[in-house]
Amino acid sequence: MAYMHIGKDFVPPDVTGKVTGRIKYAEDYTREGMVYARLLTSPIPHARVLEIDAAEALAMDGVYGILTADEVYPDGEPQSTGLKILTNHPTLVGEPILALAAVDEKTAETAIAAINVTFERLPFVLDPLDSLREGGPNAFVDGNTFGRQGFTEAKWSSDQVASFRAGNAPAEDAPTTGPIPTFAYGDLEAGFAAAADGFVYEGSFTTAGYPHHSMEPRSAMAYWEDGKLYLHGTSQSLTALANDMAGIIGVAKEDLVFINAATGGGFGQRARAGSIPSMAIPAKMSQKLNRPVMMRITREEEFTIGGARQGFQGWIKVGFRPDGVMSACDIFVVSDNGGKGGGADAFSAADCISILYQTEAVRFRGASVATNTAHRGAQRGPGQNQIAPIISPIMDAAADALGMSRLDIRVVNSAQTGDVGGPQRQPLTSAYMPEALQQAANDFDWEGRQSRRRQRNGSKVTGLGIGQGYHNAGRSGMDGIVMMGADGRLKIHNGVGNLGTYSYASTSRAAAEALKMPWESCDIITGRTDYHLPITSPQDGSNSIFTNTRTCYGAAMDMLAKMKEIAAQGLGGEPADYDISDERVHRIADGGIGMSYAEVAQRAMELGGKFTGEAELPEELAEWTQIAASRLAGTGFMGIYHDPAHSNNPPGFTVTCTEIELDLETGKYEILDMVSIGECGTVMHPQGLKNQLVGGAVWGIGLSALERHLYDPQNGLPASTGYWQSKVPTYLDTPARIETGWVDLPDPENPVGARGIGEPTQGSVSAALTAAISDALDGHIFGAAPITTDMIINHVAGTQEDAVALAQNNFRG
Amino acid sequence: MQPVNPQLTRRRFIKGVIASGAVAGTTSLWYAANGQSRPAGAVERMIRLNVNGQDRTVDVAPQETLASTLRYKLGLTGTKLGCNRGECGACTVLVDDVPTYGCSVLTHSMKDGRIETVEGLEAPDGTLHPVQQGFVDALGPQCGYCTPGQVMAAVGLLRANPNPTRQEARMGMAGNICRCGSYDSYLDGVMRAAEIG
Repeated sequence: MAYMHIGKDFVPPDVTGKVTGRIKYAEDYTREGMVYARLLTSPIPHARVLEIDAAEALAMDGVYGILTADEVYPDGEPQSTGLKILTNHPTLVGEPILALAAVDEKTAETAIAAINVTFERLPFVLDPLDSLREGGPNAFVDGNTFGRQGFTEAKWSSDQVASFRAGNAPAEDAPTTGPIPTFAYGDLEAGFAAAADGFVYEGSFTTAGYPHHSMEPRSAMAYWEDGKLYLHGTSQSLTALANDMAGIIGVAKEDLVFINAATGGGFGQRARAGSIPSMAIPAKMSQKLNRPVMMRITREEEFTIGGARQGFQGWIKVGFRPDGVMSACDIFVVSDNGGKGGGADAFSAADCISILYQTEAVRFRGASVATNTAHRGAQRGPGQNQIAPIISPIMDAAADALGMSRLDIRVVNSAQTGDVGGPQRQPLTSAYMPEALQQAANDFDWEGRQSRRRQRNGSKVTGLGIGQGYHNAGRSGMDGIVMMGADGRLKIHNGVGNLGTYSYASTSRAAAEALKMPWESCDIITGRTDYHLPITSPQDGSNSIFTNTRTCYGAAMDMLAKMKEIAAQGLGGEPADYDISDERVHRIADGGIGMSYAEVAQRAMELGGKFTGEAELPEELAEWTQIAASRLAGTGFMGIYHDPAHSNNPPGFTVTCTEIELDLETGKYEILDMVSIGECGTVMHPQGLKNQLVGGAVWGIGLSALERHLYDPQNGLPASTGYWQSKVPTYLDTPARIETGWVDLPDPENPVGARGIGEPTQGSVSAALTAAISDALDGHIFGAAPITTDMIINHVAGTQEDAVALAQNNFRG
Repeated sequence: MQPVNPQLTRRRFIKGVIASGAVAGTTSLWYAANGQSRPAGAVERMIRLNVNGQDRTVDVAPQETLASTLRYKLGLTGTKLGCNRGECGACTVLVDDVPTYGCSVLTHSMKDGRIETVEGLEAPDGTLHPVQQGFVDALGPQCGYCTPGQVMAAVGLLRANPNPTRQEARMGMAGNICRCGSYDSYLDGVMRAAEIG
């Protein structure tokens, strides 16, 4: 289909502000009379606060006051494992106990040093398996897991834990626990029986938990004015986060003005208010002191309250029939849930296997166990991306054993339109994985490079890898608003966060497309909630493109229908007799009879009622959108839409091919070439898609090679407090060029055919890299991510270190 | 491979940091470095800095870093603080054309230097600097937080080597982290800037 905007590059309106430094992040704001808050955080991994003596601090010059957990939770702290604003029951080092505000940060720090907090030390644990063992310590006073039943204690026998740690299959009756502890479909026994003449792999695996490392620390500034709270914060999801943040702070939604023009990186941890409650501290401190309060967060503090990915210690058994079909997968994952709860990463890992490889029978079991380490939450492909680098070398081993090409075994098991996946056997909205595989293979010359596999050049050996990534990539049930004034310009109210994907802009283009509006005649209204923005889904899980093109398009179509109605009223005929072009509504039969958009908008404002949002609003609008719409009502011509829920699963897929040269003497490898192909429906914004593909690739390199988070096992202290101790990939860790491409076939359940893509590339790149490493090492399967240089050297040297199952705990060096 | 411009190496930066004694590597030093209050007995001084071609007189504490002075005294918030400990490069500015981590040099040591920040690149008529335009054309930024530092590193690189190869550009930009992983697009932007510069 020939589109006016979709599939075309444009300059997002905030780019100039980014290259000139003019765009403002939370810490860039200042306010007259502003004071500075600092945090007193827990120095020990698990404790109870018995007494706080702040008398000396409060008597110091320049100190304005403190804020404690008792003040922010007068009815007691919430009975959950989630992050609190402040707490008297810290379960990790660095958890905020109290905040102090002073004339400047140095004074605040000096005063905090004078506060005497009496702690009762409590047992702590860093390794989920240590906590699972009967008699082992628990991360919480009331247990080591938290679910619908509240706190519970999950324990295995010492023998069960020892056997699992040694890499053996968990017992059939091994207790499971967690948000989604188990699922199964298909006939697992029959699946493995069918694989008896094919290939069966069984082994343990580990993946690391590691920090999000957004470049912008989660600083925030707040002040109150005329009963309203103005909060300058950081967020991936503008209205979705503000909607929930109001509840955390305890302010009415209509009285919160959340200001967030730009966010310095999200990656999952800034999508929802519950994962960033620290922003409530300056808000509440400001309320208490009646002064603007800035709270800057340091890089070191980002490690403790900034969240981390869950780490896995797992066991997997995978069966392939002689024709290469993955007939059965049995997987058990012990997830490190950290000190403040976490997510369902392990479930998502198993779900990913089911969808990505169309596995005929899957059994997933898991135990999600708390530890006194950084809090866990969604991080780019939570679960899907941890498992991708584990599975890919297994696929290759199966291909080699069955005499298939490594490309073919993936084609045999790939998802296509009409397929289903996951425990609910949910249909995919569309899927073109075979096309993506073939495009990647062609662009990379996969077949032509096969002769280079395992070629030696001195101490260096060449490895080829191919990997796949998946994440569900779309939601529904959200709202859209567009407005037009007498100037005829289209104002697209967009509540999507601005975290660098430019999806706030690219989804807005669906509205411009629907109204055939020149982009120069459009304004995106975003950046602060008093611009009256509709509710959106949290901007995580690759969903924004699918979700918010539906809402923007829907709102524009509502405006279009109203335009035709107004034209018919004024010019005669029926609405169906009219079409649009060149910013005019005109008769289909006679283009000379019509009204300009500006004239239509003027007429709409004269008519009022439904045309200006003063009547007949969709009943299903979220409360947040109702507030926004009520404030916009009567101010212009309004198009408004509630997107009904859809039922199928819109997938985002990627395929990556890579060639590496691995030095057997140093364990280091260089990525010589990399090609990543996206399969995400119709492409909205090629440059934006390219950025997601290359950005995800860099994350994949970190996942498979570099990133981890270390703790001192004796005292539970984080050993990673800076970038240099928890390395993210740099220019020199990544290829000088990453080639990208896309399939660009439309999805039928999106009005412009689009699906999301943010997460999967990390999975496909990490999968391709672990496959390439395995290839270079004659098919050796490490069963781990990251695969560090030490592990490679040890393997080459013939030591058994890398093969000691589960010895590399997620959080040990 | 040797870096394109030996002035740009991380080693040179680290040596400079050691010489200045200004690494704000701990929390307490971080606040001291922000120059918000004077230590007992210390004498604050009004000093003159040349920033973006203008002489600016500013009250600078002895332990204050250049990034803090720029952000909190002169209002030049384009210079970002990502780590405040010389690891990420978000605070990169040019001092006498050399990319320098603003968080890791004392402002007092800059009195004789010619300081350039991201705010000083745009022409008075609003025309973007070639590096800025190159980054726009290539959609280099994602979240944008590291972008001012990336821009200044690229400007420094291109002054030293106006026509770098992609590999040379990669080496020259290596002191700046981008957590969004936009390195490929930033390199596209640097190469584009070299074309239009």
